[in-house]
Amino acid sequence: MASWSPPRWLRPVIFVACLIPAAWVIVAIASDFFQGTRLLGSNPIKEAEHFTGRWVLRFLMFALAVTPIRQMLGWNWLQRYRRMLGLFAFAYASLHLSIYFFLDLELAWGDLAADIVKRPYITIGMAAFVMLVPLAVTSTAKMVKRLGGKRWAALHRLIYVIVVLGTIHFWMAVKRDITDPLIFAAIFAFLLGYRVVKWRRRTLAAAARDQAVPPAPSRATA
Amino acid sequence: MLIKKPDDLRSSEITPESLYYDRREFLRAAGLLGIAAATLGHVEPANAATQDGQQLKDELTPFEDVTTYNNFYEFGTDKSDPAENSKGFKTKPWTVAVEGLVSKPATYSLEDFIKPSKLEERVYRHRCVEAWSMVIPWLGFPMSDLINRVQPLSSAKFIEFQTLNDPQRMPGQRSPVLAWPYTEGLRLDEAMHPLALFAVGLYGKMLLPQNGAPLRTVIPWKYGFKATKSIVRIRFTDKQPRTAWNQATPNEYGFYANVNPEVDHPRWSQAKERRIGEFRKRPTLMLNGYADQVGRLYQGLDLRKNY
Repeated sequence: MASWSPPRWLRPVIFVACLIPAAWVIVAIASDFFQGTRLLGSNPIKEAEHFTGRWVLRFLMFALAVTPIRQMLGWNWLQRYRRMLGLFAFAYASLHLSIYFFLDLELAWGDLAADIVKRPYITIGMAAFVMLVPLAVTSTAKMVKRLGGKRWAALHRLIYVIVVLGTIHFWMAVKRDITDPLIFAAIFAFLLGYRVVKWRRRTLAAAARDQAVPPAPSRATA
Repeated sequence: MLIKKPDDLRSSEITPESLYYDRREFLRAAGLLGIAAATLGHVEPANAATQDGQQLKDELTPFEDVTTYNNFYEFGTDKSDPAENSKGFKTKPWTVAVEGLVSKPATYSLEDFIKPSKLEERVYRHRCVEAWSMVIPWLGFPMSDLINRVQPLSSAKFIEFQTLNDPQRMPGQRSPVLAWPYTEGLRLDEAMHPLALFAVGLYGKMLLPQNGAPLRTVIPWKYGFKATKSIVRIRFTDKQPRTAWNQATPNEYGFYANVNPEVDHPRWSQAKERRIGEFRKRPTLMLNGYADQVGRLYQGLDLRKNY
Protein backbone atom coordinates (compact mmCIF):
# COMPACT_ATOMS: atom_id res chain seq x y z
CA MET A 1 0.00 0.00 0.00
CA ALA A 2 2.67 2.46 1.04
CA SER A 3 4.59 1.73 -2.11
CA TRP A 4 1.59 2.40 -4.37
CA SER A 5 2.38 5.19 -6.72
CA PRO A 6 -0.36 7.20 -8.40
CA PRO A 7 -0.69 7.29 -12.19
CA ARG A 8 0.89 10.20 -14.00
CA TRP A 9 -2.45 11.63 -15.13
CA LEU A 10 -3.60 12.19 -11.56
CA ARG A 11 -1.65 15.41 -11.12
CA PRO A 12 -3.14 17.25 -14.11
CA VAL A 13 -6.58 15.95 -13.17
CA ILE A 14 -6.28 17.36 -9.65
CA PHE A 15 -4.89 20.59 -11.06
CA VAL A 16 -7.81 21.10 -13.41
CA ALA A 17 -10.31 20.11 -10.72
CA CYS A 18 -8.86 22.79 -8.43
CA LEU A 19 -9.30 25.38 -11.16
CA ILE A 20 -12.99 24.67 -11.70
CA PRO A 21 -14.42 26.85 -8.88
CA ALA A 22 -12.27 29.81 -9.93
CA ALA A 23 -13.16 29.43 -13.60
CA TRP A 24 -16.81 29.12 -12.71
CA VAL A 25 -16.94 32.22 -10.53
CA ILE A 26 -15.13 34.36 -13.11
CA VAL A 27 -17.42 33.23 -15.91
CA ALA A 28 -20.46 33.67 -13.66
CA ILE A 29 -19.60 37.28 -12.71
CA ALA A 30 -19.06 38.19 -16.36
CA SER A 31 -22.21 36.43 -17.47
CA ASP A 32 -24.35 37.97 -14.72
CA PHE A 33 -23.28 41.49 -15.57
CA PHE A 34 -22.95 41.28 -19.34
CA GLN A 35 -25.54 38.65 -20.23
CA GLY A 36 -28.05 39.37 -17.48
CA THR A 37 -27.97 35.82 -16.12
CA ARG A 38 -28.46 35.15 -12.41
CA LEU A 39 -25.77 32.53 -11.80
CA LEU A 40 -24.60 34.26 -8.63
CA GLY A 41 -28.01 35.58 -7.60
CA SER A 42 -29.01 39.18 -7.05
CA ASN A 43 -25.72 40.48 -5.66
CA PRO A 44 -23.02 38.74 -7.72
CA ILE A 45 -19.97 40.56 -6.34
CA LYS A 46 -20.84 39.84 -2.70
CA GLU A 47 -21.61 36.25 -3.61
CA ALA A 48 -18.27 35.93 -5.46
CA GLU A 49 -16.43 37.24 -2.39
CA HIS A 50 -18.10 34.71 -0.12
CA PHE A 51 -17.63 31.91 -2.65
CA THR A 52 -13.89 32.48 -3.13
CA GLY A 53 -13.36 33.07 0.59
CA ARG A 54 -14.80 29.68 1.41
CA TRP A 55 -12.55 28.07 -1.18
CA VAL A 56 -9.47 29.59 0.44
CA LEU A 57 -10.43 27.90 3.70
CA ARG A 58 -11.18 24.64 1.90
CA PHE A 59 -7.78 24.55 0.20
CA LEU A 60 -6.05 25.34 3.49
CA MET A 61 -8.04 22.46 4.95
CA PHE A 62 -6.99 20.08 2.11
CA ALA A 63 -3.33 21.05 2.46
CA LEU A 64 -3.39 20.58 6.22
CA ALA A 65 -5.22 17.26 5.92
CA VAL A 66 -2.45 15.66 3.87
CA THR A 67 -0.14 14.85 6.78
CA PRO A 68 -2.78 13.37 9.13
CA ILE A 69 -4.30 11.26 6.35
CA ARG A 70 -0.88 10.09 5.22
CA GLN A 71 0.06 9.05 8.73
CA MET A 72 -3.24 7.50 9.69
CA LEU A 73 -3.91 5.61 6.46
CA GLY A 74 -0.39 5.23 5.21
CA TRP A 75 -1.17 7.07 1.96
CA ASN A 76 2.29 8.47 1.52
CA TRP A 77 1.66 9.29 -2.13
CA LEU A 78 -0.64 12.14 -1.07
CA GLN A 79 2.44 14.07 0.01
CA ARG A 80 3.36 14.94 -3.56
CA TYR A 81 0.20 17.04 -4.01
CA ARG A 82 0.51 19.04 -0.82
CA ARG A 83 2.44 21.93 -2.34
CA MET A 84 -0.09 22.24 -5.15
CA LEU A 85 -2.97 22.40 -2.65
CA GLY A 86 -1.19 25.06 -0.60
CA LEU A 87 -0.52 27.10 -3.71
CA PHE A 88 -4.17 26.88 -4.69
CA ALA A 89 -5.07 28.28 -1.27
CA PHE A 90 -2.82 31.21 -2.12
CA ALA A 91 -4.31 31.55 -5.61
CA TYR A 92 -7.87 31.61 -4.27
CA ALA A 93 -6.84 34.11 -1.59
CA SER A 94 -5.47 36.33 -4.37
CA LEU A 95 -8.70 35.99 -6.31
CA HIS A 96 -10.73 36.73 -3.18
CA LEU A 97 -8.69 39.85 -2.52
CA SER A 98 -8.86 40.93 -6.18
CA ILE A 99 -12.66 40.71 -6.26
CA TYR A 100 -12.79 42.70 -3.03
CA PHE A 101 -10.39 45.38 -4.26
CA PHE A 102 -11.27 45.69 -7.95
CA LEU A 103 -14.99 44.99 -7.97
CA ASP A 104 -16.17 45.76 -4.44
CA LEU A 105 -13.96 48.72 -3.55
CA GLU A 106 -13.57 49.73 -7.21
CA LEU A 107 -9.85 50.44 -6.77
CA ALA A 108 -10.39 53.04 -4.07
CA TRP A 109 -7.05 52.97 -2.25
CA GLY A 110 -8.37 55.28 0.45
CA ASP A 111 -11.25 52.93 1.18
CA LEU A 112 -8.84 49.99 1.27
CA ALA A 113 -6.60 51.77 3.78
CA ALA A 114 -9.63 52.78 5.88
CA ASP A 115 -10.96 49.22 5.84
CA ILE A 116 -7.62 47.75 6.91
CA VAL A 117 -7.20 50.24 9.74
CA LYS A 118 -10.79 50.47 10.95
CA ARG A 119 -12.30 47.03 10.42
CA PRO A 120 -10.67 44.31 12.51
CA TYR A 121 -11.97 41.48 10.32
CA ILE A 122 -10.36 43.07 7.27
CA THR A 123 -7.14 43.71 9.22
CA ILE A 124 -7.05 40.06 10.21
CA GLY A 125 -7.87 38.77 6.74
CA MET A 126 -5.22 40.98 5.21
CA ALA A 127 -2.64 39.82 7.78
CA ALA A 128 -3.43 36.22 6.86
CA PHE A 129 -2.94 37.01 3.17
CA VAL A 130 0.35 38.81 3.79
CA MET A 131 1.62 35.76 5.69
CA LEU A 132 0.65 33.49 2.80
CA VAL A 133 2.95 35.39 0.44
CA PRO A 134 6.32 34.21 1.84
CA LEU A 135 4.99 30.65 1.97
CA ALA A 136 4.03 30.79 -1.71
CA VAL A 137 7.36 32.38 -2.63
CA THR A 138 9.37 29.71 -0.80
CA SER A 139 7.35 26.81 -2.13
CA THR A 140 9.83 25.81 -4.84
CA ALA A 141 12.37 23.02 -4.38
CA LYS A 142 15.12 25.57 -4.97
CA MET A 143 13.92 27.72 -2.09
CA VAL A 144 13.66 24.72 0.23
CA LYS A 145 17.28 23.98 -0.52
CA ARG A 146 18.34 27.57 -0.08
CA LEU A 147 16.63 27.92 3.26
CA GLY A 148 17.57 24.49 4.52
CA GLY A 149 14.92 22.01 5.56
CA LYS A 150 14.73 23.08 9.20
CA ARG A 151 14.37 26.79 8.55
CA TRP A 152 11.94 26.10 5.72
CA ALA A 153 9.79 23.95 7.99
CA ALA A 154 9.89 26.59 10.73
CA LEU A 155 8.76 29.28 8.28
CA HIS A 156 5.97 27.13 6.92
CA ARG A 157 4.56 26.60 10.40
CA LEU A 158 3.10 30.05 9.74
CA ILE A 159 0.28 28.15 8.08
CA TYR A 160 -1.10 27.32 11.52
CA VAL A 161 -1.37 31.02 12.34
CA ILE A 162 -2.88 31.68 8.91
CA VAL A 163 -5.73 29.19 9.29
CA VAL A 164 -6.56 30.56 12.73
CA LEU A 165 -6.64 34.12 11.36
CA GLY A 166 -8.61 33.02 8.29
CA THR A 167 -11.25 31.35 10.43
CA ILE A 168 -11.50 34.38 12.71
CA HIS A 169 -11.84 36.59 9.62
CA PHE A 170 -14.76 34.48 8.38
CA TRP A 171 -16.32 34.32 11.83
CA MET A 172 -16.21 38.10 12.25
CA ALA A 173 -17.51 38.74 8.76
CA VAL A 174 -20.80 36.88 9.19
CA LYS A 175 -23.63 38.93 10.55
CA ARG A 176 -25.29 36.60 12.98
CA ASP A 177 -25.47 32.96 11.89
CA ILE A 178 -22.11 31.42 12.79
CA THR A 179 -22.89 27.86 11.68
CA ASP A 180 -20.47 27.83 8.73
CA PRO A 181 -17.50 29.43 10.51
CA LEU A 182 -18.08 26.95 13.35
CA ILE A 183 -17.82 24.01 10.95
CA PHE A 184 -14.50 25.29 9.58
CA ALA A 185 -13.29 26.01 13.12
CA ALA A 186 -14.09 22.44 14.18
CA ILE A 187 -12.23 20.93 11.22
CA PHE A 188 -9.19 23.13 11.77
CA ALA A 189 -9.27 22.38 15.49
CA PHE A 190 -9.01 18.70 14.61
CA LEU A 191 -6.21 19.22 12.06
CA LEU A 192 -4.18 21.40 14.40
CA GLY A 193 -5.04 19.32 17.48
CA TYR A 194 -3.74 16.22 15.71
CA ARG A 195 -0.38 17.93 15.34
CA VAL A 196 -0.32 19.10 18.95
CA VAL A 197 -0.98 15.56 20.18
CA LYS A 198 1.72 14.16 17.88
CA TRP A 199 4.17 16.79 19.03
CA ARG A 200 3.38 16.12 22.71
CA ARG A 201 3.91 12.39 22.22
CA ARG A 202 7.20 13.01 20.44
CA THR A 203 8.54 15.33 23.14
CA LEU A 204 7.40 13.00 25.91
CA ALA A 205 9.04 10.04 24.18
CA ALA A 206 12.22 12.05 23.68
CA ALA A 207 12.23 13.08 27.33
CA ALA A 208 11.74 9.47 28.41
CA ARG A 209 14.60 8.39 26.14
CA ASP A 210 16.89 11.08 27.56
CA GLN A 211 16.13 9.97 31.07
CA ALA A 212 16.60 6.36 30.20
CA VAL A 213 20.11 6.80 28.78
CA PRO A 214 22.21 7.40 31.91
CA PRO A 215 20.66 5.09 34.51
CA ALA A 216 20.69 7.07 37.71
CA PRO A 217 22.02 4.92 40.54
CA SER A 218 19.85 6.64 43.13
CA ARG A 219 16.73 5.68 41.18
CA ALA A 220 17.93 2.14 40.62
CA THR A 221 18.21 1.54 44.30
CA ALA A 222 14.91 3.22 45.12
CA MET B 1 -62.19 74.65 -14.70
CA LEU B 2 -60.17 72.48 -16.99
CA ILE B 3 -57.26 72.16 -14.61
CA LYS B 4 -57.00 68.59 -13.40
CA LYS B 5 -56.34 68.08 -9.77
CA PRO B 6 -53.72 65.39 -9.15
CA ASP B 7 -56.47 63.27 -7.65
CA ASP B 8 -58.25 63.18 -11.00
CA LEU B 9 -55.33 61.42 -12.63
CA ARG B 10 -56.28 57.86 -13.20
CA SER B 11 -53.55 55.54 -12.03
CA SER B 12 -53.65 53.80 -15.39
CA GLU B 13 -52.20 56.98 -16.89
CA ILE B 14 -49.04 56.74 -14.86
CA THR B 15 -48.49 53.03 -14.40
CA PRO B 16 -48.18 50.43 -17.12
CA GLU B 17 -51.54 48.96 -17.93
CA SER B 18 -50.53 45.42 -17.13
CA LEU B 19 -49.50 46.47 -13.66
CA TYR B 20 -52.75 48.30 -13.25
CA TYR B 21 -54.81 45.24 -14.04
CA ASP B 22 -52.64 43.14 -11.77
CA ARG B 23 -53.44 45.54 -9.04
CA ARG B 24 -57.16 45.27 -9.67
CA GLU B 25 -56.77 41.55 -9.46
CA PHE B 26 -54.83 41.87 -6.26
CA LEU B 27 -57.49 44.03 -4.69
CA ARG B 28 -60.18 41.59 -5.69
CA ALA B 29 -58.16 38.69 -4.36
CA ALA B 30 -57.70 40.51 -1.12
CA GLY B 31 -61.40 41.25 -0.98
CA LEU B 32 -60.69 44.93 -0.82
CA LEU B 33 -61.84 46.13 -4.19
CA GLY B 34 -64.88 47.94 -2.89
CA ILE B 35 -62.98 50.27 -0.64
CA ALA B 36 -59.77 50.76 -2.46
CA ALA B 37 -60.65 50.95 -6.12
CA ALA B 38 -61.42 54.66 -5.98
CA THR B 39 -57.90 55.97 -6.49
CA LEU B 40 -54.45 54.63 -6.10
CA GLY B 41 -51.91 57.32 -5.38
CA HIS B 42 -48.51 56.97 -6.94
CA VAL B 43 -45.38 58.51 -5.50
CA GLU B 44 -41.98 58.41 -7.19
CA PRO B 45 -38.76 58.62 -5.19
CA ALA B 46 -37.43 62.13 -4.84
CA ASN B 47 -33.82 63.35 -4.89
CA ALA B 48 -31.98 60.87 -7.06
CA ALA B 49 -28.28 60.35 -6.40
CA THR B 50 -25.66 62.05 -8.53
CA GLN B 51 -22.22 60.79 -9.42
CA ASP B 52 -19.57 62.59 -11.47
CA GLY B 53 -22.15 65.31 -12.09
CA GLN B 54 -24.58 62.82 -13.57
CA GLN B 55 -28.02 62.17 -12.23
CA LEU B 56 -28.36 58.50 -11.35
CA LYS B 57 -31.78 57.13 -12.10
CA ASP B 58 -33.83 55.12 -9.66
CA GLU B 59 -35.14 52.32 -11.81
CA LEU B 60 -37.40 49.67 -10.35
CA THR B 61 -35.49 46.63 -9.13
CA PRO B 62 -36.74 43.54 -10.99
CA PHE B 63 -39.51 41.60 -9.25
CA GLU B 64 -37.32 38.50 -9.24
CA ASP B 65 -34.62 40.20 -7.17
CA VAL B 66 -37.15 41.78 -4.82
CA THR B 67 -38.67 38.37 -4.13
CA THR B 68 -35.55 36.16 -3.97
CA TYR B 69 -32.89 38.31 -2.24
CA ASN B 70 -34.28 38.79 1.23
CA ASN B 71 -33.29 39.12 4.84
CA PHE B 72 -36.08 37.50 6.81
CA TYR B 73 -34.37 35.34 9.44
CA GLU B 74 -37.68 33.76 10.48
CA PHE B 75 -37.27 31.71 7.29
CA GLY B 76 -33.48 31.23 7.39
CA THR B 77 -30.34 33.35 7.31
CA ASP B 78 -29.27 33.00 3.66
CA LYS B 79 -30.66 35.54 1.23
CA SER B 80 -32.36 32.78 -0.77
CA ASP B 81 -33.80 31.01 2.29
CA PRO B 82 -36.94 33.13 2.79
CA ALA B 83 -38.25 32.51 -0.73
CA GLU B 84 -37.59 28.77 -0.38
CA ASN B 85 -38.65 28.16 3.21
CA SER B 86 -41.79 30.29 3.16
CA LYS B 87 -43.50 28.34 0.41
CA GLY B 88 -46.97 27.44 1.64
CA PHE B 89 -46.85 29.94 4.50
CA LYS B 90 -50.51 30.66 5.24
CA THR B 91 -51.64 34.21 5.88
CA LYS B 92 -55.35 33.49 6.11
CA PRO B 93 -56.79 33.92 8.64
CA TRP B 94 -54.62 36.70 10.08
CA THR B 95 -55.24 39.02 12.98
CA VAL B 96 -53.46 42.10 14.22
CA ALA B 97 -53.69 43.13 17.86
CA VAL B 98 -53.49 46.83 18.73
CA GLU B 99 -52.56 47.26 22.38
CA GLY B 100 -51.06 49.48 25.02
CA LEU B 101 -51.55 53.19 25.51
CA VAL B 102 -54.38 53.59 23.06
CA SER B 103 -58.03 54.61 23.27
CA LYS B 104 -59.33 51.83 21.09
CA PRO B 105 -57.37 48.67 21.72
CA ALA B 106 -58.69 45.82 19.59
CA THR B 107 -57.80 42.72 17.66
CA TYR B 108 -58.55 43.17 13.98
CA SER B 109 -58.93 40.71 11.20
CA LEU B 110 -56.49 41.73 8.47
CA GLU B 111 -59.34 42.91 6.28
CA ASP B 112 -60.75 45.17 8.96
CA PHE B 113 -57.27 46.51 9.60
CA ILE B 114 -56.79 47.53 5.97
CA LYS B 115 -60.33 48.34 4.85
CA PRO B 116 -60.78 51.89 6.14
CA SER B 117 -57.61 53.06 4.34
CA LYS B 118 -57.06 53.95 0.73
CA LEU B 119 -54.28 51.87 -0.80
CA GLU B 120 -51.57 53.76 -2.64
CA GLU B 121 -48.62 52.78 -4.74
CA ARG B 122 -45.37 54.24 -3.43
CA VAL B 123 -42.07 53.76 -5.19
CA TYR B 124 -39.39 53.88 -2.51
CA ARG B 125 -35.67 53.32 -2.32
CA HIS B 126 -34.86 50.46 0.07
CA ARG B 127 -31.42 50.56 1.68
CA CYS B 128 -30.19 47.52 3.60
CA VAL B 129 -27.72 48.05 6.44
CA GLU B 130 -25.48 45.60 4.53
CA ALA B 131 -24.84 48.32 1.90
CA TRP B 132 -27.07 47.07 -0.90
CA SER B 133 -30.24 48.72 -2.10
CA MET B 134 -33.32 48.29 -4.28
CA VAL B 135 -36.19 50.39 -5.62
CA ILE B 136 -39.56 48.86 -4.83
CA PRO B 137 -43.12 49.82 -5.81
CA TRP B 138 -45.01 49.19 -2.60
CA LEU B 139 -48.74 49.03 -2.18
CA GLY B 140 -49.96 50.22 1.17
CA PHE B 141 -51.28 53.05 3.30
CA PRO B 142 -49.74 55.59 5.66
CA MET B 143 -49.14 54.40 9.20
CA SER B 144 -50.70 57.65 10.36
CA ASP B 145 -54.07 56.44 9.00
CA LEU B 146 -54.12 53.57 11.46
CA ILE B 147 -52.68 55.62 14.30
CA ASN B 148 -55.36 58.29 13.90
CA ARG B 149 -58.02 55.61 13.80
CA VAL B 150 -57.03 53.91 17.05
CA GLN B 151 -56.19 57.16 18.90
CA PRO B 152 -53.10 56.72 21.07
CA LEU B 153 -53.21 58.28 24.54
CA SER B 154 -51.18 61.42 25.09
CA SER B 155 -48.78 59.35 27.21
CA ALA B 156 -47.86 57.18 24.19
CA LYS B 157 -44.46 58.15 22.82
CA PHE B 158 -43.45 55.07 20.88
CA ILE B 159 -45.01 52.44 18.67
CA GLU B 160 -43.81 48.84 18.73
CA PHE B 161 -44.33 46.19 16.04
CA GLN B 162 -44.08 42.45 16.44
CA THR B 163 -43.73 39.66 13.92
CA LEU B 164 -45.61 36.38 14.25
CA ASN B 165 -43.89 33.97 16.63
CA ASP B 166 -44.58 30.46 15.39
CA PRO B 167 -41.58 28.14 14.94
CA GLN B 168 -43.88 25.55 13.34
CA ARG B 169 -44.54 27.87 10.43
CA MET B 170 -41.36 29.92 10.60
CA PRO B 171 -38.53 27.38 10.73
CA GLY B 172 -35.85 30.02 11.31
CA GLN B 173 -37.34 30.65 14.74
CA ARG B 174 -36.27 27.17 15.85
CA SER B 175 -32.75 28.46 16.33
CA PRO B 176 -32.02 31.41 18.59
CA VAL B 177 -30.32 33.61 15.98
CA LEU B 178 -32.33 36.58 17.25
CA ALA B 179 -34.65 37.10 20.21
CA TRP B 180 -38.03 36.01 18.85
CA PRO B 181 -40.52 37.41 18.18
CA TYR B 182 -38.82 40.04 16.01
CA THR B 183 -39.64 43.38 17.62
CA GLU B 184 -39.11 46.81 16.14
CA GLY B 185 -40.28 50.27 17.00
CA LEU B 186 -40.43 53.93 16.10
CA ARG B 187 -40.91 57.18 17.89
CA LEU B 188 -44.57 58.09 17.48
CA ASP B 189 -43.72 61.25 15.50
CA GLU B 190 -41.63 59.13 13.10
CA ALA B 191 -44.53 56.74 12.62
CA MET B 192 -46.87 59.67 11.96
CA HIS B 193 -44.70 60.90 9.09
CA PRO B 194 -46.57 60.55 5.78
CA LEU B 195 -43.73 58.53 4.21
CA ALA B 196 -44.04 55.72 6.80
CA LEU B 197 -46.24 52.93 5.46
CA PHE B 198 -48.04 49.76 6.23
CA ALA B 199 -47.53 47.71 3.07
CA VAL B 200 -49.75 44.85 1.92
CA GLY B 201 -48.36 44.44 -1.58
CA LEU B 202 -45.61 45.22 -4.06
CA TYR B 203 -45.51 45.37 -7.84
CA GLY B 204 -49.31 45.50 -7.74
CA LYS B 205 -49.54 42.05 -6.20
CA MET B 206 -50.18 40.86 -2.68
CA LEU B 207 -47.02 40.55 -0.62
CA LEU B 208 -45.30 37.20 -0.90
CA PRO B 209 -44.32 35.59 2.42
CA GLN B 210 -40.61 36.31 1.86
CA ASN B 211 -41.42 40.04 1.72
CA GLY B 212 -43.40 39.99 4.97
CA ALA B 213 -46.91 38.91 4.00
CA PRO B 214 -49.57 39.81 4.79
CA LEU B 215 -48.61 43.06 6.51
CA ARG B 216 -45.32 44.84 7.00
CA THR B 217 -43.95 48.28 7.71
CA VAL B 218 -41.89 50.33 5.25
CA ILE B 219 -39.84 53.23 6.58
CA PRO B 220 -37.86 54.31 3.52
CA TRP B 221 -35.36 56.61 5.25
CA LYS B 222 -34.22 53.87 7.63
CA TYR B 223 -32.20 50.70 7.08
CA GLY B 224 -34.29 47.72 6.06
CA PHE B 225 -34.06 45.94 9.40
CA LYS B 226 -36.22 48.68 10.97
CA ALA B 227 -39.13 47.25 9.02
CA THR B 228 -41.22 44.55 10.69
CA LYS B 229 -42.64 41.75 8.58
CA SER B 230 -45.70 39.53 9.06
CA ILE B 231 -46.98 41.80 11.82
CA VAL B 232 -49.39 40.41 14.43
CA ARG B 233 -49.06 42.98 17.23
CA ILE B 234 -48.81 46.75 17.46
CA ARG B 235 -48.28 48.31 20.85
CA PHE B 236 -48.22 51.95 21.94
CA THR B 237 -45.83 52.62 24.82
CA ASP B 238 -44.15 55.40 26.76
CA LYS B 239 -40.78 53.62 26.73
CA GLN B 240 -38.41 53.11 23.82
CA PRO B 241 -39.03 49.52 22.64
CA ARG B 242 -36.24 46.97 22.86
CA THR B 243 -35.58 46.11 19.26
CA ALA B 244 -34.32 42.79 17.86
CA TRP B 245 -31.00 43.75 16.26
CA ASN B 246 -30.21 46.27 18.96
CA GLN B 247 -30.52 43.50 21.55
CA ALA B 248 -28.37 41.17 19.48
CA THR B 249 -25.47 43.55 18.73
CA PRO B 250 -26.00 46.94 20.41
CA ASN B 251 -22.75 48.48 19.15
CA GLU B 252 -23.69 47.75 15.53
CA TYR B 253 -27.44 48.40 15.42
CA GLY B 254 -29.07 51.31 17.17
CA PHE B 255 -32.70 52.23 17.74
CA TYR B 256 -32.80 54.90 15.04
CA ALA B 257 -31.06 53.09 12.17
CA ASN B 258 -31.41 56.11 9.91
CA VAL B 259 -29.64 55.72 6.57
CA ASN B 260 -26.57 57.87 6.98
CA PRO B 261 -23.52 57.81 4.68
CA GLU B 262 -21.45 59.58 7.33
CA VAL B 263 -21.93 57.08 10.14
CA ASP B 264 -20.25 53.77 9.38
CA HIS B 265 -21.26 50.37 10.58
CA PRO B 266 -18.35 49.15 12.75
CA ARG B 267 -17.51 46.52 10.13
CA TRP B 268 -18.12 48.41 6.90
CA SER B 269 -18.55 51.84 5.40
CA GLN B 270 -22.06 53.15 4.71
CA ALA B 271 -20.87 55.84 2.29
CA LYS B 272 -21.72 53.81 -0.81
CA GLU B 273 -24.16 51.14 -1.75
CA ARG B 274 -24.62 48.48 -4.40
CA ARG B 275 -27.95 48.93 -6.13
CA ILE B 276 -29.04 45.39 -6.95
CA GLY B 277 -28.57 44.85 -10.68
CA GLU B 278 -25.92 47.54 -11.09
CA PHE B 279 -22.23 46.88 -11.62
CA ARG B 280 -20.92 50.10 -10.11
CA LYS B 281 -21.61 51.28 -6.59
CA ARG B 282 -23.47 54.52 -6.04
CA PRO B 283 -23.21 57.04 -3.22
CA THR B 284 -25.61 56.59 -0.32
CA LEU B 285 -27.81 59.62 0.30
CA MET B 286 -28.48 61.19 3.68
CA LEU B 287 -31.66 59.66 5.08
CA ASN B 288 -31.74 57.59 1.89
CA GLY B 289 -32.59 60.69 -0.15
CA TYR B 290 -35.59 61.65 1.97
CA ALA B 291 -33.76 64.26 4.07
CA ASP B 292 -35.93 67.11 2.78
CA GLN B 293 -39.05 65.34 3.97
CA VAL B 294 -37.92 63.75 7.25
CA GLY B 295 -34.84 65.72 8.29
CA ARG B 296 -36.81 67.89 10.71
CA LEU B 297 -37.60 64.81 12.82
CA TYR B 298 -33.96 64.69 13.87
CA GLN B 299 -33.11 68.32 14.43
CA GLY B 300 -30.83 68.65 17.42
CA LEU B 301 -30.27 64.90 17.62
CA ASP B 302 -26.66 63.66 17.48
CA LEU B 303 -26.94 61.09 14.70
CA ARG B 304 -23.51 59.68 15.50
CA LYS B 305 -24.59 58.72 19.00
CA ASN B 306 -28.14 57.89 17.98
CA TYR B 307 -27.23 55.59 15.09
